[in-house]
Amino acid sequence: MAPATRLALLIGWIGYALMPWYLVEGMSLTSLGWLSEYPFGKAGSALALSFSGQTPWLLPVGVALGLATAFIASQDRPLVARALIWAGLVGIVLFFAQGFAITLKDQGIPWLAALVGAAGAAQPGVGGGAFLTLLGLLLLLCHGLAYRGICRGDLFTTSAIGVVILLIGLFIFFPVSIILKSALVDQNGALAPSAFIARFLDSSIWGLGCVTSNTNCGVAWNTLILAVLCGVITTVLGLACALLILRTGMPGKRIMRALTVLPIITPPFVIGLALILLFGRAGAVSTLLYEWFAIPRSRWLYGLPGVLLAQVLAFAPIAFLVLIGVVQGISPSLEEASQTLGARRWQTFRTVTWPLLKPGIANAFLLGFVESMADFGNPLVLGGNYEVLATKIFFAVVGASYNQGQAAVLAVILLAFTLGAFWVQQRWLGDKSYTTVTGKGDAGLPTPLPRRITWLSATLILPWVALTVVIYAVIVVGGFVRNMGRDFTPTLEHYRTGFAIDFSNGIFFEGSAWSSFFTTVKVAAISAPLTAGIGLLTAYLLTRQRFRGRGMLEFATMLSFAIPGTVLGVAYILAFNVPPVEITGTGLILVIAFVFRNMPVGVRSGIAGLSQIDKSLDEASTTLRARSFTTLWRVVLPLLKPALVSALVYSFVRSMTAVSAVIFLVSAEYNLATAYIVGRVEAGEFGLAIAYSSVLIVFMTFGIGVIQLTVGERKLGRRTRIATIAAPAPAPAVG
Amino acid sequence: MAKAGPASVEFRNVSMRYGAVTAVDNVNFTIKAGELVTLLGPSGCGKTTTLRMIAGLEIASEGQILIGGKDVTKLSAADRDVSMVFQSYALFPHMTVLENAAYGPTVKGLSKADAARMALEKLELVGLKGFEGRYPSELSGGQQQRVAVARALVLEPQVLLFDEPLSNLDAKLRRRVREEIRELQQDLNLTVAYVTHDQEEALAVSDRIIVMSNARIAQQGAPRSLYEEPADAFVADFIGDANLVDVTVRKVAGGHADVSIGSVTVSLPARGLAPGPARVAIRPEALLIGEAGKPGALPGKIRKCAYLGNHLDIMVETEVGELFVVQYGAREMLEPGLPVTISFASSGLTLIPSA
Repeated sequence: MAPATRLALLIGWIGYALMPWYLVEGMSLTSLGWLSEYPFGKAGSALALSFSGQTPWLLPVGVALGLATAFIASQDRPLVARALIWAGLVGIVLFFAQGFAITLKDQGIPWLAALVGAAGAAQPGVGGGAFLTLLGLLLLLCHGLAYRGICRGDLFTTSAIGVVILLIGLFIFFPVSIILKSALVDQNGALAPSAFIARFLDSSIWGLGCVTSNTNCGVAWNTLILAVLCGVITTVLGLACALLILRTGMPGKRIMRALTVLPIITPPFVIGLALILLFGRAGAVSTLLYEWFAIPRSRWLYGLPGVLLAQVLAFAPIAFLVLIGVVQGISPSLEEASQTLGARRWQTFRTVTWPLLKPGIANAFLLGFVESMADFGNPLVLGGNYEVLATKIFFAVVGASYNQGQAAVLAVILLAFTLGAFWVQQRWLGDKSYTTVTGKGDAGLPTPLPRRITWLSATLILPWVALTVVIYAVIVVGGFVRNMGRDFTPTLEHYRTGFAIDFSNGIFFEGSAWSSFFTTVKVAAISAPLTAGIGLLTAYLLTRQRFRGRGMLEFATMLSFAIPGTVLGVAYILAFNVPPVEITGTGLILVIAFVFRNMPVGVRSGIAGLSQIDKSLDEASTTLRARSFTTLWRVVLPLLKPALVSALVYSFVRSMTAVSAVIFLVSAEYNLATAYIVGRVEAGEFGLAIAYSSVLIVFMTFGIGVIQLTVGERKLGRRTRIATIAAPAPAPAVG
Repeated sequence: MAKAGPASVEFRNVSMRYGAVTAVDNVNFTIKAGELVTLLGPSGCGKTTTLRMIAGLEIASEGQILIGGKDVTKLSAADRDVSMVFQSYALFPHMTVLENAAYGPTVKGLSKADAARMALEKLELVGLKGFEGRYPSELSGGQQQRVAVARALVLEPQVLLFDEPLSNLDAKLRRRVREEIRELQQDLNLTVAYVTHDQEEALAVSDRIIVMSNARIAQQGAPRSLYEEPADAFVADFIGDANLVDVTVRKVAGGHADVSIGSVTVSLPARGLAPGPARVAIRPEALLIGEAGKPGALPGKIRKCAYLGNHLDIMVETEVGELFVVQYGAREMLEPGLPVTISFASSGLTLIPSA
């Protein structure tokens, strides 16, 4: 048995014999009252509880650990392998069997509970001890497989694969499958396909009232219409902008680049909020129009136009970011070839440039489509009577008409839409991209744009850029005036309400926003490194290791890209509200939600980074007797610094700006900035909301700087050979 | 640290499959301790996969691999006492030359001072003293190659592997570096497996050559025996140049065969062939051009003649097809259309089975 395997055993035993098995309420490090009855009572360890007869069903898990321990000194590799595989496998199966069988009184799986000898028993959600035990068992299983020669016998690789699969299974597949289950059962928990069909075919979802009569259309149609419009408009704007910047002498390249960063650090609903302050009934522009031209104030903004406007402003920069890469990727020599063959500018554009652009355009469209579907903040703020799936799910869960089944069905539909779009993107576009960045130097000059396209593009993007500038001006100014639109008296009142500090008695954070701000920063700071770590590790496994089921794992991580935040939020409250994992209302669930929501970003930037590092470097390290972990630590990670930075930045920023997933998960104790701001918007306190938003934007800029300084640059000597050809593609921020 | 010394490498019925593709098919060979053996073959023949199986970077699907008599088939690369010099050199770009060379002992857990001492020793051996503080990107291709060799040597492995180590060097440098590698191997008494697709390189450095084709071993042996007694048309054509001519074996007696090449009959070692159709591989320098009308020779006509400094490349049209002839020394150019005869030298003709 290798020393690492002994360590795995030790982890298992610490979890089983020492740590509290269950999650104890009121657990803290400063007051130890919850530990009073240790090792028995509610904070007892599994070993003590089993032997004192309180939880006899935990005993078999310990027996599995014991079985593995019996072979601790054995040198017989095949024998140890078999023992570890069986002990680990049986232990994990027993762990989950008792966990899911015995939950709350009269819930769980009665026949299975009877089978493990605990009919009628109940137990709370698992805690640190259970987690460590599970981890120990999993590591034993993985080590056993490694002893068998799986993954070239590398302990670290098999363990990492095991851990990643367990985490993805537990925090992505399990919650999503719970949603599917909830959609299929009625209020009493009995399987009821008819109820599902009835809910699924409900006219509030698929009704065509807006065509046939003068009522509203179904929420599914609303969502689709909005998403298609948003996809088309953002793509057109993004393309126009990319062409203008790369193919004409238009000034302002830098500024446009900077503008593309802004939406990434802007919480998604802030645009909607700024639109209200401009065009709402009491907005600045509406007021001007009323006073100067007597145009009556109206509520046109609340509904499809407003939501669409907000989404276009929020997501067009992302389309631009995708398309600028596509336009850059078209080798100028192709266009030059066309010209030397006698084609005019317009002909070249039509016959060469445009066909080459098409796959990229389809990609940008799908991205805008999915973003719009998943967006929650803007429809919530601006939707009015125009309901979309994301908001309807929210109201089905938190509204007066609490209806878990309906929420689940809506979530399934939304998931089907986004997965469908994602599937199309992967299957249809996956290998259709013609844009090639070859290693060969391409000396050609890009062909200037035909004049009519230049004019058309300029006409399109000018209003967009102007509006974006105005919006951000509103965000900056809005926090410093008494009431945007009505009363422009400069004031610090909003900041004082939110962020006042009382120094009279030491330091007291008096402002109402501080609590949620600190929670947000804490949760973001904890989840960002975890996200980056798990994401990069997964990327490493996917690109550098060959193992059975790699395709499945890749599919699973990519799949989680497509899960809208709202769906994940609903899935989490449904799945983690009852034992065996009962963590709703804690800060932990927020961290977990962020980690698994943002993990795909880490995976993607990791894959992009790793594909630039020659695989022979890993192999050279291996043939010099370095283990996988050493290779990862000494060779891969130092070269992966840019990817690490982008993974950290993205997950940090997205943890601070996300609203859709966490709005279900926040509690009074653990409130987050975005949820707090949404609350203020709903209460009509726009000034405070916008002040808070600007504070977030400034803070995130600061945070990004800190991350870049901490991680540092990678050093490659004077002549860098590894050219960073393309910046990692922007992650689709599925709201 | 006790030096393990060179070890032998043995493949027993080793196969490697990726799904439906068989990259290496039932291969058997032995590399003796202290020997330099080249794996030679066209790209895609499985030679690099074979090398990577020795290293442990690929785990064989079937069969047994032994290093120094010990079964290492399932052992990972990190557990084998084998080092490799990569085609791309695979120098860690974020480490200096010294850090690169000291990487092996460092990850093994040796003290920094010991690791540096060992690394410096090998860097001196390859003539790179004074370059320790540089980054790989600040070195020329040849220097990078030496760092890669030094890094592989530092742990004094039982077996040293080279994966096309010269392919990134220019032609002049290639000849010098391959001689250096051969000298190093003989001075340090190393077991070396060397992959290349350049037959000249293989002939120059090897104790033995294993020629691979289509995932199998086509022939193995000393460079001279491969050139002079190729087992089949592939080997004859791949090592050196050869004219492959269809012939008929008239009769076999006492290990010699009377072979009809067109209208001419020559006597060649039979190599186990029976009377009937066969082929003969004729080296271009074994064809002698004579004046037209010479008896006992093949009549022909010059098609092309190219001047290449120390020799002439000549194509001659004959009744058995077009033959490629090389004439060394300062000869007169031959005009196309000139009638000539072709006769055969006493060596350079090998009878091989017909395809």
